Amino acid sequence: MSTAVVDVHQTPPGSGVNYLNATYGIKSWLLTTDHKRIALLYLASITFMFFVGGAAAVLMRIHLIEPQGTLVQPETYNKLFSTHGIVMVFFFLIPSIPAVLGNFLVPMMIGARDLAFPRLNLLSWYLYITGALFLLYAILNGGIDTGWTFYTPYSTTFAHTHVIAAVLGIFINGFSSILTGLNFIVTIHKMRAPGMTWFRMPLFLWAIYATSVIFILGTPVVAITLFLVGLERIFHVGIFDPAVGGDPLLFQHLFWFYSHPAVYIMILPGMGVVSELIPCFSKKKIFGYSFIAFSSMAIAVLSFLVWGHHMFVTGQSIYAGLVFSVLSFLVAIPSAIKVFNWTATLHKGSISYDAPMLYALGFIGLFTMGGLTGLFLASLATDVHLNGTYFIVAHFHYIMVGGAVMAYLGGIHFWWPKITGRLYPDGWARFAALVIFVGFNLTFFPQFMLGYLGMPRRYAVYPPEFQVLNVMSSAGASILGVGYLIPLIYLVWSMRYGPIAGPNPWGAKGLEWQTPSPPPTENFEEIPVVTEEPYNYPGTAAVTRG
Amino acid sequence: MAAPSHLDRAHGPELAHQFEDPAQQREAGTLAMWTFLVTEIMFFGGLFAAYAIYRSLHPAAFEIGSHLLEVKFGATNTAVLIGSSLTMALAIHSAQTGKSKATVITFLLLTMLLGLVFIGVKLRFEWYHDYLEHIVPGFGFDYRSAWGANAPEVQMFMVFYFFMTGLHALHMVVGLGILTVLVIMTARGRFSPRYYAPLEISGLYWHFVDIIWIYLFPLLYLIGGRYSTGGH
Amino acid sequence: MTGLIQSGLHLAAAVALVPIRPPAASTIAENVDRLHFTLTAITLFFTVVIFLCIFFFMIKYRRQSDDDQPEQIEGSLPLELTWTIIPAVICVGLFIWSSALYVRNSRPPAASTEIFVIGKQWMWHVQHPEGPREIDEMHVPVNEPIKLTMTSQDVIHDFYIPAFRVKKDVLPGRYTSLWFQATKVGTYHLFCAQYCGAEHSEMIGWVYVMTPTDYAAWLAGAAKTESMASAGERLFTQLGCGSCHATDNTGRAPSLLGIYGKPETLKDGSTRIVDEALMREAIVNPNSVLLPKYPPIMPTFKGQVDEEQVLQLIAYVKSLGTQERTASK
Repeated sequence: MSTAVVDVHQTPPGSGVNYLNATYGIKSWLLTTDHKRIALLYLASITFMFFVGGAAAVLMRIHLIEPQGTLVQPETYNKLFSTHGIVMVFFFLIPSIPAVLGNFLVPMMIGARDLAFPRLNLLSWYLYITGALFLLYAILNGGIDTGWTFYTPYSTTFAHTHVIAAVLGIFINGFSSILTGLNFIVTIHKMRAPGMTWFRMPLFLWAIYATSVIFILGTPVVAITLFLVGLERIFHVGIFDPAVGGDPLLFQHLFWFYSHPAVYIMILPGMGVVSELIPCFSKKKIFGYSFIAFSSMAIAVLSFLVWGHHMFVTGQSIYAGLVFSVLSFLVAIPSAIKVFNWTATLHKGSISYDAPMLYALGFIGLFTMGGLTGLFLASLATDVHLNGTYFIVAHFHYIMVGGAVMAYLGGIHFWWPKITGRLYPDGWARFAALVIFVGFNLTFFPQFMLGYLGMPRRYAVYPPEFQVLNVMSSAGASILGVGYLIPLIYLVWSMRYGPIAGPNPWGAKGLEWQTPSPPPTENFEEIPVVTEEPYNYPGTAAVTRG
Repeated sequence: MAAPSHLDRAHGPELAHQFEDPAQQREAGTLAMWTFLVTEIMFFGGLFAAYAIYRSLHPAAFEIGSHLLEVKFGATNTAVLIGSSLTMALAIHSAQTGKSKATVITFLLLTMLLGLVFIGVKLRFEWYHDYLEHIVPGFGFDYRSAWGANAPEVQMFMVFYFFMTGLHALHMVVGLGILTVLVIMTARGRFSPRYYAPLEISGLYWHFVDIIWIYLFPLLYLIGGRYSTGGH
Repeated sequence: MTGLIQSGLHLAAAVALVPIRPPAASTIAENVDRLHFTLTAITLFFTVVIFLCIFFFMIKYRRQSDDDQPEQIEGSLPLELTWTIIPAVICVGLFIWSSALYVRNSRPPAASTEIFVIGKQWMWHVQHPEGPREIDEMHVPVNEPIKLTMTSQDVIHDFYIPAFRVKKDVLPGRYTSLWFQATKVGTYHLFCAQYCGAEHSEMIGWVYVMTPTDYAAWLAGAAKTESMASAGERLFTQLGCGSCHATDNTGRAPSLLGIYGKPETLKDGSTRIVDEALMREAIVNPNSVLLPKYPPIMPTFKGQVDEEQVLQLIAYVKSLGTQERTASK
């Protein structure tokens, strides 16, 4: 395999040379510094990890059809839910939109040729892969059974599984996140095209920026915490073990100090995607741009102040509970503001039902429900009953799957023509979106009910009276699983056989749509000068009220 | 009005292709280093927080542990590091004011020398000595009867001591690597009053490592006073 | 409004043959349910409203042609303020309601019956002060406040009785507590709700709520073991505690008569109430609770007594509170 000799920085216009075919050979991909190729490297690896985590989920739901379990021993079930959680949180959700869509789009949306540090970007991907390999080693060599939360002293002193390999994998992967966040922050601060002020940036960039702030501030703390868990496992010196003077709750404080903001890492980029999809498929500028932008930053800041709501039943003081409770209620407000603004954007728009829009609209509804169920958990009196039950599981899956994954799929479908230069079959795409929506709700709505009835989470066997709801949930999961396979098939198919896409098949606003599909390696022949507001769709300008 | 075409601008050897001009590149580099230092603050910060909590829970044990350390070595190392920050700043200043390559390299080498002295003192006089005295957790740690019921928490103090100073030392070793690269770059004539950003950015990192030590030293070595109780 | 929603859900559940809530068998259960179903109503309301808006707008404003040019609306400050302030007010209202309930529920009534719980992988040891011990089961009298003092012998577990709407983690090395008052005779689930290893899902049991007569009969009939206090007294003698803790204040350690519940000023200047937690610390880590007037010579008993024995010693010392202090010489 040879590398074609083309100066990637001088692509003659109209030559049909783009970032995909400018150079050939495996080295040109594994040693690329082009943010668009790196995005595709992430796309491939993240998709693989998604199906690893998804396989664990399928096995779990099959197992839970019967109260005594149908498939595996409890020890294996414990490994399945731990694998599912670790893979989905750290190796799918956290990187997904930032590393795939963020990497591809951030330079294009701000009118730059690449991120600030392209080689650092490639290093980020290699750190992700290295971390994933450590985790896969742990999974394949006996598994990990601590839950993704690694509570001590179980994880430090009692677990007999590959805790060190697993935490090492997450630790290394954490640096992938940190460097990506650093790259995005510097790029957004310093490399915006002439004329692109902060308030002319598309809202996706505000979302990525807010996410990157959380990457920078939060990830190092979980890194050092997991490192301490590893040290404790090796040396048994009591860092978190009360038998030797340590405090198991210290682990929880340190862990949740990152892991609560982490859930906002997982949802903010999805909100950014939705903020792009709604205007395009309503042909309308976003309603309340600055409110959405400021809400993203408010969420990033507030997210660091609420971690104690994961610890309401640990015996912490009432006063700590009250403080964390009120802050947890308040962090819901900026999200609510966004939901209302997105919905208002639809009003008097020109709405088309393309697949990306179906995902975006599904997101709004499901995120609303998931977010509101968070209030049950911010509320001290109800959290006592609901903590550690399936209500929690349902709550976070509504946001992570009904929200983040749907936004991710919506974004993938929206930018697919730009990334690949191909169109996918819209009929199948809309069908899959509906299957996913139905399967998702059938899987997770019964879990709210299971939770209030008292079924604890992480149970391999359960009392028989919970069976009806569990069977409903498992039925939903099978539909959801099929729903996720459909896009995998037609998207891969489209890369070879899909109709060729033009530069802007959706008629969207944004600098990325002003380049060919797929774009040339250097993105822009000339750096554009920005003079317009974002989402500047043609139409009568309404008098701005208020 | 279109910006000058990317295609007909000549690149200087120092300007990376993604940047439009050297000023943008320099600002990006500086912002990147500051942002990275923020992540380092959070990284060490988690450790400092855990240390602070355990110290407040076990004050007597941590005082015993602190007395196991020798202030004279910690103080010497503090002076050594502050000196190395001075020589680093002088190296940057020399490049900035167009002094000769030899001057810059001398200051860089002095910085490295002081860094090596720091690590040497740590390894030879502190850690090796601690190992011989059986107070390195995980490597033949012995409880001493004088510690009484505090023994497990004294060990905890030593865990934090070794982990925090070890992590710090690791950052110093990385710094020495960076300095080596800078020496080579200087020798090849890469720097001038117009372009010395790598020196400046590396200087930020080196100063940060110094500042971490300035927090570590009193927190670890100076608990509970010394000479009044005949400590060493 | 809540009642309406609740009836609607009951109807739906009856149709689906699924209950929507566990039995409400404690004094707080109905209150917690009321809050929960109000939250449910709010959630469903806003979710339905948003979905309806979406559907309505999707249909009413569907794209007629690719040349559509809708009215470009920037925003509306009055709307933004409305939909910021109203949710904020709702949130603050919910916070106040929930917190009031929570604070009220966190203080056990003074005259609560005490029961002790030790969680260990993978079973619950329940210890009645009168002596009976149970595993994975807890018999309690109806209509009496019960206070549980709990600890773990290994990892973090969680003691959860859905029917009473109570839950609390149990941690190694410390005590946590919860209280409840059962209102209905019956049998209710007990679960471990904090993942604790291989048999987490089998660390379950039953709570039996009995009439006072039945409970008294059960207590009397349960395996005749000595009471916790008398087991503690036996240990106290066996371990030689009395050699320092003389009852006439002439020993090298304070007398323990009547100390339970009283404030003590420690050597570091802080004042603490002598409760179960302090007494446990004194037994396993005496250097952490030194007293000003006594030399720090108490040895630690960590490793010599297990959690159950610590609770027995504490029960014994608590029983000394009912004896009179001997006048000091």
